[in-house]
Amino acid sequence: MSRRVGVVLFPGSNCEQDVLEGVSLVEGQPEVLWHGDATVKGVDCVVVPGGFAHGDYLRPGAIARFSPVMSAVAEFAAGGGPVIGICNGFQVLTEAGLLPGALQKNRGLKFLCTTVPVRVEATDTPLTRSADKGAVLRIPVNHFEGNYTCDDDTLARLNAEERVVLRYVENPNGSIDDIAGICNEARNVVGLMPHPERAASELLGSSDGLPLLRSLVA
Amino acid sequence: MEDGIHRSLGLTDDELDSIIAILGREPNHLELAMYAVMWSEHCSYKSSRVHLKRLPTEAPWVLVGPGENAGVVDVGDGIAAAIRIESHNHPSAIEPYQGAATGVGGILRDIFTMGARPIALMDPLRFGPLDDPRSRWIAEGVVSGVSGYGNSVGVPNVGGETVFDETYKGNPLVNVLCLGLLPTERLVLGQATGVGNLAVLLGSTTGRDGIGGVSVLASAGFSDEETDSAKRPSVQVGDPFEEKRLIEACLELLDAGLVVGIQDLGGAGLTCATSETASRGGMGMDVDVTQVPRREEGMEPFEVMTSESQERMLAIVEPEGLDRVLEICRRWEIRASVIGKVTPGPATGDADGGRLRILDGWDGEVLADIPAASLHEDAPLYQRPCVAPPAFDEGGRVLVTDQPVPQSDDPGAELLELLADTRWVWSQYDHQLFLNTVEGPGGDAAVLRLKHPATNADTGRGLALTTDGNHRWCAVDPRAGTALTVAESVLNLACVGARPLAVVNCLNFGNPEHPEVMWQLSEAVDGMAEACRAFDIPVIGGNVSLYNESLGADIDPTPVIGMLGVVDRLERRPPGVGLVDGGRLLLVGVTQPEVSGSRWARNRGHRGGHLPVLDHEIHLAVAGVVRQLVAGGLVAGAHDVATGGLGLALAEMAVRSGLGVSVARVADAAELFSESPSRVVLCVEPDLLTTVENVCQHAGAPVSRIGVAGGDRITVKGLLDVALADAAAAWADRIPAALGSGTAQD
Repeated sequence: MSRRVGVVLFPGSNCEQDVLEGVSLVEGQPEVLWHGDATVKGVDCVVVPGGFAHGDYLRPGAIARFSPVMSAVAEFAAGGGPVIGICNGFQVLTEAGLLPGALQKNRGLKFLCTTVPVRVEATDTPLTRSADKGAVLRIPVNHFEGNYTCDDDTLARLNAEERVVLRYVENPNGSIDDIAGICNEARNVVGLMPHPERAASELLGSSDGLPLLRSLVA
Repeated sequence: MEDGIHRSLGLTDDELDSIIAILGREPNHLELAMYAVMWSEHCSYKSSRVHLKRLPTEAPWVLVGPGENAGVVDVGDGIAAAIRIESHNHPSAIEPYQGAATGVGGILRDIFTMGARPIALMDPLRFGPLDDPRSRWIAEGVVSGVSGYGNSVGVPNVGGETVFDETYKGNPLVNVLCLGLLPTERLVLGQATGVGNLAVLLGSTTGRDGIGGVSVLASAGFSDEETDSAKRPSVQVGDPFEEKRLIEACLELLDAGLVVGIQDLGGAGLTCATSETASRGGMGMDVDVTQVPRREEGMEPFEVMTSESQERMLAIVEPEGLDRVLEICRRWEIRASVIGKVTPGPATGDADGGRLRILDGWDGEVLADIPAASLHEDAPLYQRPCVAPPAFDEGGRVLVTDQPVPQSDDPGAELLELLADTRWVWSQYDHQLFLNTVEGPGGDAAVLRLKHPATNADTGRGLALTTDGNHRWCAVDPRAGTALTVAESVLNLACVGARPLAVVNCLNFGNPEHPEVMWQLSEAVDGMAEACRAFDIPVIGGNVSLYNESLGADIDPTPVIGMLGVVDRLERRPPGVGLVDGGRLLLVGVTQPEVSGSRWARNRGHRGGHLPVLDHEIHLAVAGVVRQLVAGGLVAGAHDVATGGLGLALAEMAVRSGLGVSVARVADAAELFSESPSRVVLCVEPDLLTTVENVCQHAGAPVSRIGVAGGDRITVKGLLDVALADAAAAWADRIPAALGSGTAQD
């Protein structure tokens, strides 16, 4: 029985179809979780995909965090369920308090869509368990607010507890300590700015995201 | 009625007389306002329509030709592709961010109006020179607007062009192309049928933004800055989040079969949408203007009927389906209001019907009562005077000059000044969403995987898209220049392995009241028609943008061609604009040492002469063989020779791959910088060299060995020798240095 992966759909999400396609590609069983329903429908893993939930109005993720589905996602996470936030999803998870820190505007104050090398720093998370530690993956980023920031104590803890999951080899946005992805203390909630679903085909330029997608259904 | 008010709305005295003849009475203020927007240049094409009829529009694969919201072609496997190009030049000159953003929003609505999900955008952009502060301000604002709206609404922007030139100072060209896909059987048209069916307004509230946008802005030129800023309230304001929900709601309504017809609200707002749906269906419509949700209080009926507030659609639905329509709209948080009812018309045998009536309450006063079709079909048609400018000769075709052919002082330096990487622009656009983008911006053409829009099944085939325009060619000879532009698009598609299916065009010209501008337009249409006939490509849609002028000076004629192609077997990524170390360089095609119309000549102050000759047969042979070689995986790099000539083509391949080139057999600067057509540079692995040459010869395409790839210099024997690093720096830095550093820099 393949693993069921729920993909949250807010009004304004736009990467949900791509994540559904990516999950299917690695033989997971994807389904949509509607923002207005306060349930994760018993899935094995939740992905909060990229896009502009609620138009990113006020601040990315600031409105989406109040959606009924997010209380179910928080409960699922508290019970140890794997939750992955990609790009806008990462922003939503920080706004919801499921991950520390915040994503601010890119250094350079411009939207940036490009493919960057990122290094896998930890493999004991639901995003990276099928990846190799130290592997450098070429994965697209696509964001305006991808510049991760947090206070010094949080940064020290993230590093001490090995909770930086992915690091940029070439920092595209000014993120503190080259952070591209982090996890929570329990290591079951992961947020990352790069889009693994966009790196799942050589025809499209890179298949380096496949180990990350496979981790979701492993 | 107040005397002369029609003139302040942009109507001539003769046009007023026509309206009186149609109505059999004087129009009231509301009616006059409705005619003014619908008969504006922007909506009626009154100056250009007589010319556009000369374009070839038919082919067996064309499902919808010009005149609808978008052209549609059958691309096989039960999939139809809808495509359209538009301009948002005037709003973008006044308010760059919103002008460009609403251009994106508008064209998306044109595409999903046809029942298609928009899958790709392209933005051909033309600005004044980089050393002009206002042009830089416009360029930054336009790119931010395209980025801000397009990324948020979630449609990838896969290419386009970025041109900086003196001719666009004060009047930028902001064109936008959109491609959408639909299951062939779901094609819908913007028409109202069925007496008693309801017209439901979907989306945003209606405000005072964009009132008279088509008549005040798009149908007049620019004069000075003071009056221009007074036009700013005529620019609309976009909301991509509203549009995203509107797209999803409309596609769900169409999937559920709840819509009889659907029409976007663009230029001329409700007046256009209600009258167009009614007249296309041969029906009439009653509109209760009080039912239109307003953004502000105290709006007059004429303001409601002509507002260009964004993110609105008009759906024609059957009364029994209304509840389900409202339910779907609620789910997507989209406002939906019944504002009109379909009434009898010619289609129901009611010759006196077909009226568009604007009512103050369903049973209230009749505020306007006009034949719906008259707003479209009776719009004036002008055969405006066409006169070649005095400097043109040879039957008024060619800008003959007595200027001497320019001489080269330093070909190396002259080459470096042509290099500019447009990454600063397109790295601000999401170009990957939907997982289709095989070749994105920056190459000769974009290539997208073709997946079925309903099942997401991969067909194993691809679509290719390119936009091309060249005002320098068209300034010298608008007819030949436009034909050369079409030819360039064909070669761009060939370089990614695609064969052409359809053309859409955006005709950006100056003031149509200037006879030489109408001459340019007429010539350009003929050039496009000639080339499209020769290459067997139908023109399935277009947009005409006139009055592109600033302080009395018309822009150089700038027809922009958008071309859609298909890759029959998408098995591998196209080779792209690049080189491999040790690769042999071949030139397919023959260089004519004619520099007239070239960028290099213009940079030396030379305008005029005879453009290089386009031989249709040779061009088809070159395009065909390049397509075959690319599809067969026999080449490691391919780049068409266009602006900047062979010199720039080689330099671009070098800087993009980080490898030098060593080239011989280029006689002089004229051969290096000539923009003569039907040429492609190929980079071929040495062991495939003779195979590739044989394929070319067999296909009747001339081919010659010109050099080898490798090393760290760009060398053309006897002409230039520059360090690759200097070329790479010139290429990478030109635009960021002028427009501010991109995000990747500290």
